[in-house]
Amino acid sequence: MRPYDAIARLGAAVRSRITSLGVFTRFFFQLLARSGIAVSRPRLVSQQVHFVGNHSLLIIAVSGMFVGFVLGLQGYYTLNRYGAEESLGLLVALSLTRELGPVVTALLFAGRAGTSLTAEIGLMKAGEQLSAMEVMAVDPLRRVLVPRFWAGVIAMPVLAAVFSMVGILGGWAVGVPLIGIDPGSFWSQMQDGVDVWNDVANGVIKSVVFGVTVTLIALYQGWYARPTPEGVSRATTRTVVSGSLAILGLDFVLTALMFGNG
Amino acid sequence: MSREKTDFWVGLFVLLGAVALVFLALRAGNLSSFSFAPTYSLVAKFDNIGGLKVRAPVKSAGVVVGRVAAIEFDDQDFRASVRLDIEQGYEFPADSSAKILTSGLLGEQYVGLEPGGDDRNFAAGDEIRYTQSAIVLENLISQFLYGMADRQGSAPAQGAPGGQGQAPAR
Repeated sequence: MRPYDAIARLGAAVRSRITSLGVFTRFFFQLLARSGIAVSRPRLVSQQVHFVGNHSLLIIAVSGMFVGFVLGLQGYYTLNRYGAEESLGLLVALSLTRELGPVVTALLFAGRAGTSLTAEIGLMKAGEQLSAMEVMAVDPLRRVLVPRFWAGVIAMPVLAAVFSMVGILGGWAVGVPLIGIDPGSFWSQMQDGVDVWNDVANGVIKSVVFGVTVTLIALYQGWYARPTPEGVSRATTRTVVSGSLAILGLDFVLTALMFGNG
Repeated sequence: MSREKTDFWVGLFVLLGAVALVFLALRAGNLSSFSFAPTYSLVAKFDNIGGLKVRAPVKSAGVVVGRVAAIEFDDQDFRASVRLDIEQGYEFPADSSAKILTSGLLGEQYVGLEPGGDDRNFAAGDEIRYTQSAIVLENLISQFLYGMADRQGSAPAQGAPGGQGQAPAR
């Protein structure tokens, strides 16, 4: 009987995963369908942007600065071996705008804003606030979740752009004043090699996609959390884990699509 | 926090994002080299455009004077037809030539315009008659090898005096 049980369990696990993917997609479409409130009551969205975006700004900016520092140092050590240290600006800018800006920002966003969204929704569910809203004929999806979704989608590209900008300035700070690379070649090589449409715009597209993904996962985990303290804590953990995996997987797919054929 | 203050901080947040994007586009990227100056078009036909891409620069004496606007294939004379947008202020004589050059050794390709000596200048929509295609590495190598084989083949015949009654060289 043991092998039979194992296979049966495997089948059930696969089915439940696929079913949750279906629930996730249906949840996404429900949010999209109720998005009119983002236009009719923009103040709700703006409050959530403050909650999700402004409060994440400090960690994003500081992380961006340090990532820029490290890129500057590591880039210099490696490029110096080939006599190409003038290209440090190009290296730092391309790494940030194409990859590190969107991806690292999304990971940090999942950790900071994603978990707080999940915890908030989960606790509202546990405290029966969502049920109370339903009793008052206020649709909790529309009133609570949709503004948070659009706030996440708006905040992510902003944060990613700030990350990239601070990172480039950090790379400059390490390269030019500290190490002594010529500032003219730093900026001119960067401006020559970074294409606005292929690099910067693709990075923005990536950050929008990541914003949708992370916010959706965070809201989904909160909405379907078990209404107990343990359930909420598990939901926040799942937000970070599945959010991070989704970001990295999507990053590969998007990179292959955007940069694959040159 | 009162509603006014929240709105202010959110506005500031979005403004910061816009500033960051503008910085990335202008200072880190190549948007500032896009000119919004009025341009006129010229057409140049090449046998081989190599790796030339749309929006590649058109340079004369090393200075950017325009951009490649479109690259098409002409199936009447089987050549590539490249449309160049030249900035309005720059006029070139009607017998100027266009070459496809590479910046640096492995850099991207661009179109170089060399002025001719004609009195008249190009009008908008004119075709550049004198063009030189991109250097394709394989053709260069095969030319080199052919030249080498040619020289080897004719070397024994050069040392013979007069050249009559000599057995032909292998």
